[in-house]
Amino acid sequence: MAKILLEMKNITKTFPGVKALDNVNLKVEEGEIHALVGENGAGKSTLMNVLSGVYGYGTYEGDIVYDGEVCKFHDIKDSEEKGIVIIHQELALIPYMSIGENMFLGNERGKKAAINWDETYGMAEKYMKQVGLSESARTLVKDIGVGKQQLVEIAKALAKNAKLLILDEPTSSLNESDSRALLDLLLSFKKEGMTCIIITHKLNEVSYVADKITVIRDGATIETLVKGKDDLSEDRIIKGMVGREIADRFPKRKDSKIGDVNMEVKDWTVYHPLYTERKVVDHVSIKVHKGEVVGISGLMGAGRTELAKSVFGRSYGTNISGTLLLNGKEVHLKNAKDAIRHKLAYVTEDRKGDGLILGNPIKVNTTLANLEAISSHSVIDKDKEYAVAVEYKEKLKTKCPTVEQNVGNLSGGNQQKVLLAKWMFADPDVLILDEPTRGIDVGAKYEIYCIINDLVAAGKSVIMISSELPEILGMSDRIYVMNEGRIAGELNREEATQEKIMSCILKSSSKGE
Amino acid sequence: MDKAKLKVGIQKYTMIIVLVLVMLFFTWGTQGKILLPQNITNLISQNAYVFVLATGMLLCILTGGNIDLSVGSVVCFVGAVGGVMMENMKLPVVVAVILMLLMGAVIGAWQAFWIAFLRIPPFITTLSGMLVFRGLSNVVLGGKTLPIKSEMFVRLFGGGANCYVPDFLGGGEGLNRVALLAGILACVIYIFVTVRGHVNRVKKGYDTGNVGAMYGKMVVICAVILAVSYKLAQHKGIPTSLVWVLIVVLIYGYITSKTTIGRYFYAVGGNEKATKLSGINTDKVYFIAYTNMGLLAALAGMLTIARMTSAQPTYGQNYEMDAIGSCFIGGASAYGGIGTVPGVIVGAVLMGIINQGMSIMGTDQNMQKVVKGLVLLAAVIFDVVSKKKNS
Repeated sequence: MAKILLEMKNITKTFPGVKALDNVNLKVEEGEIHALVGENGAGKSTLMNVLSGVYGYGTYEGDIVYDGEVCKFHDIKDSEEKGIVIIHQELALIPYMSIGENMFLGNERGKKAAINWDETYGMAEKYMKQVGLSESARTLVKDIGVGKQQLVEIAKALAKNAKLLILDEPTSSLNESDSRALLDLLLSFKKEGMTCIIITHKLNEVSYVADKITVIRDGATIETLVKGKDDLSEDRIIKGMVGREIADRFPKRKDSKIGDVNMEVKDWTVYHPLYTERKVVDHVSIKVHKGEVVGISGLMGAGRTELAKSVFGRSYGTNISGTLLLNGKEVHLKNAKDAIRHKLAYVTEDRKGDGLILGNPIKVNTTLANLEAISSHSVIDKDKEYAVAVEYKEKLKTKCPTVEQNVGNLSGGNQQKVLLAKWMFADPDVLILDEPTRGIDVGAKYEIYCIINDLVAAGKSVIMISSELPEILGMSDRIYVMNEGRIAGELNREEATQEKIMSCILKSSSKGE
Repeated sequence: MDKAKLKVGIQKYTMIIVLVLVMLFFTWGTQGKILLPQNITNLISQNAYVFVLATGMLLCILTGGNIDLSVGSVVCFVGAVGGVMMENMKLPVVVAVILMLLMGAVIGAWQAFWIAFLRIPPFITTLSGMLVFRGLSNVVLGGKTLPIKSEMFVRLFGGGANCYVPDFLGGGEGLNRVALLAGILACVIYIFVTVRGHVNRVKKGYDTGNVGAMYGKMVVICAVILAVSYKLAQHKGIPTSLVWVLIVVLIYGYITSKTTIGRYFYAVGGNEKATKLSGINTDKVYFIAYTNMGLLAALAGMLTIARMTSAQPTYGQNYEMDAIGSCFIGGASAYGGIGTVPGVIVGAVLMGIINQGMSIMGTDQNMQKVVKGLVLLAAVIFDVVSKKKNS
C-alpha cells in the first residue's frame, strides 16, 4: 500500500447563502491518478481551490494533510512551494509572450533586475522535451495550437517542481487525438512517481487513466471507486454522479418526420479573414431537411465553425462564394440581422465570448436577438420581456433563482440553456448548434438533447456541430464529416460508427497531402 | 428583510447615501447656507452643462468604457460660431440655434465616423477633436471675447438676471407659483405612472417585485421634487437652464431604459461580439453614441455662452472631465455596459454640491481641485471594492 500523499478531511466551505462543500473527504495516494467527477456545480473546482490556497486557510473548515503535515495555505504561492500545482480549465497563458517567458512567469530565472534569458530558454526546452514539445521555446504562444498550449501549461507546472498536479478539465478544448496524447503523457508521468488529480466530464477518459475515482455530488463526497475493485464503467460513474441511472444517454426521438429540404448550401467557399489566401471552407455543399438533425463531425480546425458562421450572414471570413437556398429560394444574407430575418440561428460554441452578455441578467440575454418581438415602436415592454424570460426558463428548466440573475453567475449548463432560449425566442427555422454541450455535465447534456428533439419535432431543422463522436452518433439523422475545409464524407444514421467517421477523416487527409 | 438583501439594497443606493452625507456635511460646514434658495438655484444653473454633457458621455462610456475628450472644445467652438452668427451676422436666434445644434451633430458624426466604421480608438479620435476644435474656436473668435447681446437667446438658455420661467400665474413678491405648481404636477404625473405600471402588472399577472420598496422610493422621490420646487419658488422660480436639463435627462433616461436602441448601448458594452451575432449593427451603435455626444455638446455650448453672456476661446476647458467624472461617480463602469441616467444625475449633483459647498466655505480654488480628484478616485474605488466583495 502506497503512502497517502494528500488527505483532505471534512472540508466545509460556505459562500454567502450556499454551502458549496459539506464535509468532503478526499484521500490521494502517492503515484496515482485520481479522478474527481461530478456534475457542474457539484463543488469539484471549489475543492481544488481550497487545496491550492485560492481560498486561503481560515475561510473553510476542516484540515488539509499533505505529506504528513497539516497545511495552512494562504495563497497559491504557499501551495506551489509544497509542489501542489493546479492547471486551470481556462488556459492562463499570455498569447504575445514566448513559451519560455510564459513558463517562468512569476518564477523568472536569474536576478530580479536582470533576467537570465539563456537559462530561461534552456530550462524551458528541457521541460518542453519532457512533455513532448519540439518547438523552440522562443515561439510565441499564440502561434501554437490549443493542444500544444495545454502541454505548455503542464511544462510550466513541471518547472515549478510539481509533486501533485491538479488538472481542471484539461481536455475540454482538445480534439480526440490531442486528448489521447495528453492522457498518455499523464500515464507516463505516473510511472515516474508523479501524483495527479484530474477533473473531467469526459468519462471515457476517466476509465482510461484513473486509478481511483471520487464522485462528488451537491458538495458532498458520494463514493470513491477503485480500479480493479469496483466497476468503473461509464454507466456506473454516471449513476454515482446523478444519483440515478440514466437508461439512455440520448433521448429517443418520437415520430421524426423528415420533410422537405429547408436549407441548402452549394459550393460554399470561404477564405480566412486575415490570411486572405488561405481557404478555410472549400467547395462545401450540405443540405438539411425539415425535422432533421444533421451532425457535422470533424477535428478542430476542420472548418466547421467557419462554415456555420459564414452561412449565418457572413459573420466570418472574406471572399465568400457559393449559393445559399432557404426553402428552395436563393438568398443573399448580408449580415447577422439578415440571417435572423430569414429565420436562421447560430448558437455559438463560445458562449462566454460570442454568445452571452455575462454581466447582464437572464431576461436581457433571452430577448437580445429578437427585441422587436417585445417592443412596439422601439420601446421595450419590460413586463413582457420578463414574462418571456420566465416562460423560457420554465420550458428549458433553467436553474436560477430569478430571471433577474446575471448570466455570469450561472453554471455552464444553465448558461447554455439561456443561450438556447435566446435563439429559440428568435423563432428560427434552421438552428445551427455549435458544440451545444461543451463543458456541461451529463444531466444538463441530456436536457439539451431533449430540447433538440423538441425542436425537430416542431418541424425545425437542426445542424449540430460536435467534436464528441458519441453525441454525433447518438443524435444525428445524417452526418457530414468535415476535414481541412472539405466534406470528407456523408453517412446515414444506420451506417455511421466512430470508426467510419475517423476513417473518412484519415482518408481525406492522405488525399490532400 | 434578511442580511443579504439589505446588503444589495445598500449597494444599489450607495451613491445616494453618500450624497446625503455630503449634503449634511456641507449644511453643517456652511451653517446651512448651502440650502438657501439662492444657492440651490445657482447649483442648478452653474452645473447645467455638466448634466447635459454627462448624459451624452454615459452613452459613449456604455459602449465599452470609451470616453469623448473633445466635448470641452466642441462646447467652445459651437458657442463661438453661434456667437458670431448671432452677433456679427445678425441671424435670427431660432435659425442660429438650429444651426448650432446641426453643427454639433455634424462634428459628432465626423468623429463618430472614424470611431464606428474605421475603428480608430475613441481616445485618439477625440483627442484630435479636442485640439482641432479648440484651435478653430480661437480662429473664429480671433482670440477675443465676443459679448452675446441677444436678449432672447440669453433668457432662453438660462443666463443673466432674468433667466427664469416667467411667473405667469402672478405670484407677486412671495412664492413663485409656477415653480410650486410644476413641482406638484411632476409628483402627480410620477405617482400616476408608477401606480398605473403596478396595476397593469397585476392585471396581466406579471411579477410585481417588491411593492413596499417601490412605493417607498416613490414617496422619497416626490419629497425631493417638492422640496426642490419649494426652494426654487422661494427664490425667483425655475431657472430656464433647468428646463433644458430636465428635457435632456427625461429623454435620455427614457431611451436608455425603455427603448431597443438604449438596450443596444448596454449590449455592445457587455459583449460586442455576442451583440453582433444577435443581428445588431454594432458599428451603428457607436456612430449614434458619438454623433449624439456632439449634439449634446452643442446644447451645452449654448447653455455656456448664455450663462456667461459672451463667447470666449477658453470656455469649456475641462468640461469633458466634469462629464466623465459624473458618470463614474454615478456608477458607470469603466469597462462599459453598466450605468444609468439617474446614476449620472446623482454623480453630477454630488460634484456640484462639493463645488458649491467648498466655494461657500471659502476653500482655496486649488484645494477644491484636490478634493474633487480624490472624491472621483474614492467613488470608483468604492464601486470596485463593493462589487468584488459581492462576488
